[in-house]
Amino acid sequence: MTWTHVGPALIASFLASMVEFVEALTIVLAVGTIRGWKSALYGTFAGVALLVLMVAIFGPALNRVPLHDLQLVIGILLLLFGIRWLRKAVLRAGGKISLHDEAAAYEKTRVKLGGVAHGSSSLDGVAVITAFKAVVLEGLEVVFIVIATGANGMLIPASAGALAAGIVVITLGIAIHKPLTRIPENTLKYAVGVILTAFGTFWIGEGSGMVWPGRDESLLGLAALFLVASLIGVSITRGSTKVSATETEAAG
Amino acid sequence: MNAISEALKEFIGLFVDDGSLAIASVVWIVIVAFGLARVPTVSAWRGPLFAVGIAVILVENVVRSARR
Repeated sequence: MTWTHVGPALIASFLASMVEFVEALTIVLAVGTIRGWKSALYGTFAGVALLVLMVAIFGPALNRVPLHDLQLVIGILLLLFGIRWLRKAVLRAGGKISLHDEAAAYEKTRVKLGGVAHGSSSLDGVAVITAFKAVVLEGLEVVFIVIATGANGMLIPASAGALAAGIVVITLGIAIHKPLTRIPENTLKYAVGVILTAFGTFWIGEGSGMVWPGRDESLLGLAALFLVASLIGVSITRGSTKVSATETEAAG
Repeated sequence: MNAISEALKEFIGLFVDDGSLAIASVVWIVIVAFGLARVPTVSAWRGPLFAVGIAVILVENVVRSARR
């Protein structure tokens, strides 16, 4: 097994999982700070337990699905997942929609939870459910990313990438006790959108018997194609955003 | 029941944001992965053709969204 085989799955899983871990951490931090760490940690551990249970139940079933069928289904889901991220990233980079901001997400959760910190030591149902929901939702995305990027016998490198991302984010979260606003999340999401769209397209091809020139190496070509397409999209979006801003100014 | 439908909505939301983008992608998958597989002259080019089509679908959707 060489780096050219392991690298794409490991890097894609690391980057995509990092985004999900950062988003989960923001909500758990808000819950812990506002409603107390006991509730935040109960919700977090319950969420992790549910995810582990789901992987234990459904994971072995994946081995029984024929490889080509699995690649096709995973590819379709991954393409839809990745292209959704990429579309949003392009519209963000083009100024059409606002950038994702962890500080704003933290503030939104803080307001939702009642605003003022009271750090209760007793269990708080709303706080437990808020942390639980964040961990399960973002965690499901991580599980999906690992399965999807590791669908070609690369589950171990993909899992290692996700695990490394989790360790990095949790360590940073414990160290600084604030949302990780310095992680360039919008750039990361853009890159991940490109990578996941490329993986999804590749798996659909593999699963439906398409021929890829250069076989596995064509993943790089696919990523380059979607990067160029998305940059064209950004440039057009910037142009139309400027035009509508000028029109608004003229009308005002 | 409400929690289940909310969870289902959240799950679908992972894959579908703009309905037209998802529909266009799935239609293109069906055409190239299954339809063109039966056409021998195109068969060897299905991979690159499929990828370029997905790129075009993305750009078209972004342009349409930007103009909304």
